[in-house]
Amino acid sequence: MAETHSLQDMRQQATVASKVFIQRDYTQGTMCQFQTKLPADLEARIDKQQFEETVRTLNNLYAEAEKIGSQSFIEGCLACLTAYAVFLCMETHYEKVLKKIAKFIQEQNDKIYAPRGLLLTDPIERGLRVIEVTIFEDRSLTR
Amino acid sequence: MSAVMITRKVRKWEKLPGKNTFCCDGRVMMARQKGVFYLTMFLIIGTCSLFFAFECPYLAVHLSPAIPVFAAVLFLFVMAMLLRTSFSDPGVLPRALPDEATFIEMEIEAANGNVPPGQRAPPRIRNVQINSQIVKLKYCYTCKIFRPPRASHCSICDNCVDRFDHHCPWVGNCVGKRNYRYFYMFTLSLSLLTIYIFTFNIVHVAMRSVVSGFLNTLKDTPGTVVELLVCFFTLWSVVGLTGFHTYLISLNQTTNEDIKGSWSGKNRIQNPYSHKNIIKNCCEVLCGPTYPSVLDRRGLMQEDLAALAALPSTNSDTVSQTTRPVLCLQKTTAPLIPNEHTPDEAKSIADSAAEKSSSPKEEQPPSAKLPPLASPETDAEASIAKDKPH
Repeated sequence: MAETHSLQDMRQQATVASKVFIQRDYTQGTMCQFQTKLPADLEARIDKQQFEETVRTLNNLYAEAEKIGSQSFIEGCLACLTAYAVFLCMETHYEKVLKKIAKFIQEQNDKIYAPRGLLLTDPIERGLRVIEVTIFEDRSLTR
Repeated sequence: MSAVMITRKVRKWEKLPGKNTFCCDGRVMMARQKGVFYLTMFLIIGTCSLFFAFECPYLAVHLSPAIPVFAAVLFLFVMAMLLRTSFSDPGVLPRALPDEATFIEMEIEAANGNVPPGQRAPPRIRNVQINSQIVKLKYCYTCKIFRPPRASHCSICDNCVDRFDHHCPWVGNCVGKRNYRYFYMFTLSLSLLTIYIFTFNIVHVAMRSVVSGFLNTLKDTPGTVVELLVCFFTLWSVVGLTGFHTYLISLNQTTNEDIKGSWSGKNRIQNPYSHKNIIKNCCEVLCGPTYPSVLDRRGLMQEDLAALAALPSTNSDTVSQTTRPVLCLQKTTAPLIPNEHTPDEAKSIADSAAEKSSSPKEEQPPSAKLPPLASPETDAEASIAKDKPH
């Protein structure tokens, strides 16, 4: 039977086999970057290239959010002059990028990870400490 | 194999571990002890009220009306910075959920190998290389995470805070990554306000004394004496503090690192976070991006009130997602770990964990009822006590 699992169906029917946590990569300092190395537990489920591509894109998005450039400087100055009241009506640059990241993860889950019985959790829900990858039981093996 | 659970929706801040108080339905986050913060507010508002009542009418007429206007602007800025520092999340790192905690424990055990019985397990430390320096990441027994570089656990608030600077009782909150620049702007603007009020008090007394005599002046405006006293004592401490933090910012260091001497001394490594350029360091600390809070305080979650049937209710399911539908019917095969929602439970877990390893239990809650003053001496004592078993 050809099935396209939607995320909701997946989670309501499938059993969680285990979880893997992708740790932060601190080699470039305290910037939010994640390790691109594919954990052993996922080797059977997903292609190394694909996974590295996902994590690398995430890293680039976080780097964009934390970039100290003219935009962050102008935003900071404007905010300081208004005693930071401007943030009551305006979204910060970081928050805008976080929304982009949430959309990206949703996309990746729908297209790549859900069909393989995996689920990526947005790192913001884990305090930007880890990328939690939930591995669901491979039901195709039991059929 | 399903269970029917009676749940109700609560805001996440109600279930957050740690010793913080929340107001305005999770929008405001402070430490538990707020007495000194109220004192700060009282001193600032009181002194400024006296200034506007006694000095400003005279100075506006005899010198310039711009004087009270500028004082008012400065006062509003100081209050805004103070409230922003006190009410915002300093950069608290959420604790590891049971799955993550188990995963890390398994990694640690795998790394340590078989420890012969009777021998202590090695301390839980991870080495990372940052800018060609080796930095040690310590394991936090309360939060069950390896602390990111520059993060530290605040024993007063019982939270790990990212880029932890210090816990300031005067603002009633920790000072960390998210509110450091507001704290610095607060001390800077308060220094300016204090100097401003002090200067114009003296100008006012001098001008009036020429006309009515020194003692008569003090009798006419008793507020001046109070203001002069408050400003005099505030000047030394606040201006000193501003100078100290300016020095720290130029070196891209935190108070915590400075007190512990992390980057000083011959055998210690150099600060890997400094850009070796004062302007760049200042830009990074003061003009960097505004980091969002990773503690979702106002998100909704399901709280289990009662669970009927054989399935154990695992709170780990309920805290995982906010916007996605919460699963009450999912059976998980992850091992159960006591939920560390209460600090007391966390402490008992930390106790038993600390017995197994030789690492010191760093998160000692303060036994004194008075909040320790955020002076380098008390912080140094605390850090020496922490570092002794090393």
